[in-house]
Amino acid sequence: MKLELIGITKRFGTFVANDHIDLVVEPGQVHSLLGENGAGKSTLMNVLYGLYDPTEGEIRVDDERVSFKGPGEAMAAGIGMVHQHFMLVPVFTVAENVALGNETTRGAGLLNLSRTRERIREISDQYGFAVDPDAVVEDLPVGVQQRVEIIKALVRDAEVLILDEPTAVLTPKETDELLGIMGQLTKDGKSIVFISHKLREVKAVSHVITVIRRGKVVATADPSASTTELASLMVGRSVSLSLDKAPAVPGEVSFRVRDLVVQAANGQRVVDGLSFDVADGEILAVAGVQGNGQTELTEAILGLQDHVSGSITLGGTELVGRSVKEIISAGVGFVPEDRSVEGLVGTFSVAENLVLNRYDAAPFARGLSMSPAAVAQNADEKIAEFDVRTQSASSPAGTLSGGNQQKVVMARELSRPLKLFIASQPTRGVDVGSIEFLHRRIIAERDGGTPVVIVSTELDEVLELADRIAVLYRGRLMGIMPGTVSRDVLGLMMAGMSADEALAQVHDVQGGNL
Amino acid sequence: MSTATTATTAGTPGTGIGGTGTASVRSWKNPIILSVVALVSLVVFALGAPGNSVTFRLSQSSDAIVLPSIVVSAPIVGWSCALAMLALAAIAVLLTRAAVRTPTWLIAVFALLFLVAFLTWVVGSARTPNVALYGLLAGSVTLAVPLIFGSLSGVLCERSGVVNIAIEGQLLFGAFAAAVAGSLSGSAFIGLLAAAVAGVLVSLVLAIFSIRYLVNQVIVGVVLNVLVSGLTGFLFSAVLSEDSQRWNSPPRLPVIRIPILADIPVIGPILFEQTIVGYLMYIAVAVVYVALYHSRWGLRTRAVGEHPKAADTLGVNVNRMRFMNVLLAGVVAGIGGAFFTLVAVSGFGRDMTAGQGYIALAALIFGRWNPIGAFFAALLFGFATNLSNVLSLLGTPVPDQFLRMLPYVVTVFAVAGLVGRSRAPGASGIPYIKG
Repeated sequence: MKLELIGITKRFGTFVANDHIDLVVEPGQVHSLLGENGAGKSTLMNVLYGLYDPTEGEIRVDDERVSFKGPGEAMAAGIGMVHQHFMLVPVFTVAENVALGNETTRGAGLLNLSRTRERIREISDQYGFAVDPDAVVEDLPVGVQQRVEIIKALVRDAEVLILDEPTAVLTPKETDELLGIMGQLTKDGKSIVFISHKLREVKAVSHVITVIRRGKVVATADPSASTTELASLMVGRSVSLSLDKAPAVPGEVSFRVRDLVVQAANGQRVVDGLSFDVADGEILAVAGVQGNGQTELTEAILGLQDHVSGSITLGGTELVGRSVKEIISAGVGFVPEDRSVEGLVGTFSVAENLVLNRYDAAPFARGLSMSPAAVAQNADEKIAEFDVRTQSASSPAGTLSGGNQQKVVMARELSRPLKLFIASQPTRGVDVGSIEFLHRRIIAERDGGTPVVIVSTELDEVLELADRIAVLYRGRLMGIMPGTVSRDVLGLMMAGMSADEALAQVHDVQGGNL
Repeated sequence: MSTATTATTAGTPGTGIGGTGTASVRSWKNPIILSVVALVSLVVFALGAPGNSVTFRLSQSSDAIVLPSIVVSAPIVGWSCALAMLALAAIAVLLTRAAVRTPTWLIAVFALLFLVAFLTWVVGSARTPNVALYGLLAGSVTLAVPLIFGSLSGVLCERSGVVNIAIEGQLLFGAFAAAVAGSLSGSAFIGLLAAAVAGVLVSLVLAIFSIRYLVNQVIVGVVLNVLVSGLTGFLFSAVLSEDSQRWNSPPRLPVIRIPILADIPVIGPILFEQTIVGYLMYIAVAVVYVALYHSRWGLRTRAVGEHPKAADTLGVNVNRMRFMNVLLAGVVAGIGGAFFTLVAVSGFGRDMTAGQGYIALAALIFGRWNPIGAFFAALLFGFATNLSNVLSLLGTPVPDQFLRMLPYVVTVFAVAGLVGRSRAPGASGIPYIKG
């Protein structure tokens, strides 16, 4: 099936999310849409999938003009979509999720799920998905949930499959498997629209690459183009993808974690016996697939978790059992993983958000009252220093773009002398240009002699920043590696292999190839 | 393929990490509650047991099959139940020390023992230590009828993602409409029909405001309850009381007795000697259960209530689904309301539902948003109400006021989570806005 988008424009009020976008997806092709967050990729796909009405432009399927009033019609036309946030009902079984909206019944509206199960097994066997139709979705690993989404599309005879940032939630191994599946699907004549901002994957799998910036198609590139070339097309100026940082000069070890165990309310040990040290002037990056205990680790350090045992010491002071306020006063800077929920108060102004951790101390507080002048002055300085793009210091923080929100959080946390700096996903959803800036600030903090803990699920970022890398898997430490370790070894460790096993396996494979 | 179990429900990013070390965070809530209750039982039911014997009658002498009455000695029952409860509490303590959660069966057996001990003690202490068990049960079911309809109405709404606080209003308006339409037409069945229509009217307002205009659903529900109470109260004093012969003397629904089956002791009258409302209740519970879990409509309803966006991306019209469910819930609750004026008493009284809609809401939560669960939860509340009625007739030493608190105390304890956490539909109470 050939799919064409001609002059698609989508406006939200005065904001133009898509500006006359043309796109042709040929059968059997992987067509990648490359662009930064907020470039308009997802909007375009939601238009294609019938979730939004285009303001202008038309969609053609096999040279015939179509219009979709809803996802149902898009699906009927052979378009299937795997959303970035899975559209699966967590308490349903795989079969129920697949059947929804497309149910086979035995008269009187009674469900006949055995037909659906059969189809799931067929597709699962054909592509080697290994999906059990009767498993409950919320119990499945993310990679398998994604396959359920693909099955949902295939059951409905999708010819064009839209994958929206599909690798964001996957381990490197799962990513490789997904890229393999995409190859198989195109071999069967399906076409795939692959949305991503990960250059390596886009280059590996695409036949055609369309680059979108600020809602416009800025270039069509060949997969053979270099990553720097693609990155500058994406951002609109040349970017340096590699950060030149001086080697760390580790000082004394002031931050120690010993036998840390964090239990969830249901008793699971989400952090399971962690011990590590971070020296002054050193960055320890914690790598791992999302949901392997990183959130709980950082929250335990800040005192946000109940059921913590073990010991966390900073400069000889025990932190476990202290209140969050005490820990912050002890000099811990903390960037939470979800800035919009935990990092900021969206309805507060940028200026107020910039003093959330020091609002009750001089110069921002004078006895019981605040000093608006000091707050405003601080805001002006920080906005200039961190290049926060905001209409004014009094705009609500929630109105800023993701990258600028992140800058506000980082500016606040880095604007006082720290004994320890922890940042979770410091650049998630931040555009390539700002990533560079934020990374430099983190390195600067390190060079100032602060121990730094970075949690990131992006291997690129981990390798970029880390002096040492700790890999977490199911709450356990798989090992701590030097910052120069290879991506393959980290990938294996993130899937649950110990450091020695991973090194041995990578060594074997390379030995075999040589 | 890694086997990390990453539970991702909406809003709570995955923290569910499986693995071998899943020893529970020890919760001492259950063992402590059980121990305290067991000790209180020991003091009251065993040490304080009346010395006489207690008679539980299982059938009337006029029944076709007459079962012998059960006669037990109050001290023996009190002591054995209290000791068994202590033993169970001890097991719970030991299990918790071994980091094992108190099993549900243990709590269920414990509750049953408590009930037996309590009944024996309270009846034994009465002036006439003799109670008709069949009457107690049959009365419980009768009193539970509006609760069951109400909680089914709640199931239909909440499973599709709309919080229904307006059950009280639906019941009350149903009762009012049944009384008026029944009186005017002289036909109880027309009254029943009118009750259903009245329930739908309340639902319609709830649906329009909460689905179309995205008004906070709890507020709309509460406002509706106040509105219906005020409206029916006004009409009652302005119209119904003026000429109650014309406006407020509906005929009662006849009891339909199914021959032979109704002669089965104890359960016969409960299942086979009911009015049409009673039979409709059993049918409704079964139909809603089967439809919810085994039909296309049910799958879509649950999807819309758990993850509306997922349903939308598969071509299910979320808001239409919700609208239809809320209207259907109105039919169910309206019929439940007819119970008050066509079955229980013949005539409408101001605010005669007396908060039963809220108890139905509690039954819905206690029954974990499941029609069968809600059914049994409502039965429990009906039992508590009936017990307090029967006991005040028997003349127990417990003051009447305390007895009348019984259903509400049971409600509070039930909902406070004696039976573990219950999980509401993921999107209940959250309006769906496209895009």
